[in-house]
Amino acid sequence: MAYDKFEILKSTAVPLPIENVDTDQIIPARFLKATERKGFGDNLFRDWRYNGDDTPKSDFVLNNPTYSGKILVGGKNFGSGSSREHAAWAVYDYGFRCVISSFFADIFKGNCLNIGVLPVQVSPEFSEKIFAEIAADPNTEIEVNLPNQTVTILKTGEQESFEINGYKKQNMLNGFDDIDYLNNIKGDITEFAKELPL
Amino acid sequence: MSTKKTLFDKVWDSHVVKHVEDGPDVLFIDRHLVHEVTSPVAFLGLKNRNVGVLFPNKTFATADHNTPTINQHLPVKDPLSANQLKALEENAKEHGISHWGLGHEKNGIVHVVGPEYGITQPGATIVCGDSHTSTHGAFGAIAFGIGTSEVEMVLSTQCIMQPKPKKMRINIEGELNFGVTPKDVALFIISKLTTSGATGYFVEYAGDVFENMTMEGRMTVCNLSIEMGARGGMIAPDEKTFEYIKGREFTPKGADWDKAMAYWETLKTDEGATFDKELTFSASDIEPMITYGTNPGMGMGISKSIPNAEDLEGGVATYKKSLGYMAFNEGEDMIGKPIDFVFIGSCTNGRIEDFRAFTSIVKGRKKADNVTAWLVPGSHKVEAAIKEEGLLDILQEAGFELREPGCSACLAMNDDKVPAGKYAVSTSNRNFEGRQGPGSRTLLASPLVAAAAAVTGKVTDPRELMKELA
Ligand code: SF4
Repeated sequence: MAYDKFEILKSTAVPLPIENVDTDQIIPARFLKATERKGFGDNLFRDWRYNGDDTPKSDFVLNNPTYSGKILVGGKNFGSGSSREHAAWAVYDYGFRCVISSFFADIFKGNCLNIGVLPVQVSPEFSEKIFAEIAADPNTEIEVNLPNQTVTILKTGEQESFEINGYKKQNMLNGFDDIDYLNNIKGDITEFAKELPL
Repeated sequence: MSTKKTLFDKVWDSHVVKHVEDGPDVLFIDRHLVHEVTSPVAFLGLKNRNVGVLFPNKTFATADHNTPTINQHLPVKDPLSANQLKALEENAKEHGISHWGLGHEKNGIVHVVGPEYGITQPGATIVCGDSHTSTHGAFGAIAFGIGTSEVEMVLSTQCIMQPKPKKMRINIEGELNFGVTPKDVALFIISKLTTSGATGYFVEYAGDVFENMTMEGRMTVCNLSIEMGARGGMIAPDEKTFEYIKGREFTPKGADWDKAMAYWETLKTDEGATFDKELTFSASDIEPMITYGTNPGMGMGISKSIPNAEDLEGGVATYKKSLGYMAFNEGEDMIGKPIDFVFIGSCTNGRIEDFRAFTSIVKGRKKADNVTAWLVPGSHKVEAAIKEEGLLDILQEAGFELREPGCSACLAMNDDKVPAGKYAVSTSNRNFEGRQGPGSRTLLASPLVAAAAAVTGKVTDPRELMKELA
């Protein structure tokens, strides 16, 4: 499934300064029963966001109107646990296009890149700065510039660069995914398969 | 550059179709395991792009994640689950993929049936839309979990695109103490590394402890590799491995077997090959383990007390939130804490050796009245062995019932949900908030620790109950 191109994103951000946020929190297993990729944003952080009787928990950040935006800033080791791509879908479907953290779990990061959510890994110090700026002023805007590979706190001008491999960067800039790439080299793949021992 | 290769290098490098400049490798996949929950959107993707499955004979489907564990002969009650099961059946049929659905004699948890039928083989690349695919690394395969976009890639092109991970070797030398199982070894390593300590790495386990371990024990260890953040873990194949797979339905036979053996025997890390990181632990430092928090890294020896926040490296707020969820306090002992549920099963500890271990403790004792116990075999084959070996009689005598195979309370997608606020001692792999049901509180442990809790109704050191057996 192709997605919208990603170039420069300027937005306020939603802070979630919790470490080890696992994909069971991002989307609990009982919401994985769909056979289509629809509506996962409604259940993003379901059990942190809603009480058992489906009333919103007022102390959770997504229920706090003070914070909004297309950027989610998470604590260290964001997205650990289950490989469910539904977690990345939920983040995207809710309206986030970028997640910033000082450390990402592998599979979640890969899933995000495959569906058009940009994972931006920053230093722990820069992550702390972002949290502090948002706490001081929830309207703080952050700019994520993919062509330049930089993330900037606009108010203070503080900036850090982030890494992404050239191939994935091109994909994100163009809204392409790996499936397009692989389908184009199918001939090479079937040739390769003939030589394998197993 | 040195030509010495690690086991991981050998398998990975031989599967690289091509390297994308400033990007990932295109990696060929030998075996693709598919289940009902992470595949429907991938099949939909094939339809939308109007492509088929490139190698249906390298693809195997089983239903496990949302299946009920009682009355499997009746129609599945939950309409959404039933819908996913039907979608898998139809997709498998349409694309000519073998499908071991609910009720099929070979049905079971995807990572249990793969090895059982010889789909899992040394030197293979194996993926599945489930993070515990790392289980198959026990055979010297490169096996790891993938997302649904990647499931679609493998269906349509038999490849995925991933940068080659870094390499780590974890050595454990010496002999394991009395009452210490492969699960304890894994929980011990994770407690040392934390849940992100191996992120970006592929792990090879080496040393006496893994060499002496049974194949099922190796599967338990490799299964939990993902819980320290690793992509996967693997163990070099040896005589035990070949003995285990020989003669199984999907393993090569006759001349093909000899050819495969010639290849498999080359699958070990060359002397002098280097790792990006190497860790060594001593077997004698490991005791039966239990977790007290909300990630698998929050584990400790069962006789210890819950650490104080100040003594830890991580964030204090996150730690306190975690203990708050569990309703535990710093400095408390785990031994003696009352529990409500016991779950034995999952792809981590749902095999016959796990049920033998569990039974060895409950034999001649009775299930505690305050405990609800779910005993869920990993597959029909495991279920049959439990009956044939006479374990079922012993279990029933002790007041336990056996359920039908599936993932069950490991992820609580079906009705096997631990109620809010209740404590479950579980042999599965994740103690995340709500993993076993909204509000549930999970203590991860070995089948021995689970059995000791099941008969005493509280957290109990299994060695106490094993003394008379020793
Ligand atoms: S038992 Fe748990 S971890 Fe294993 S395949 Fe099923 S859901 Fe995944």
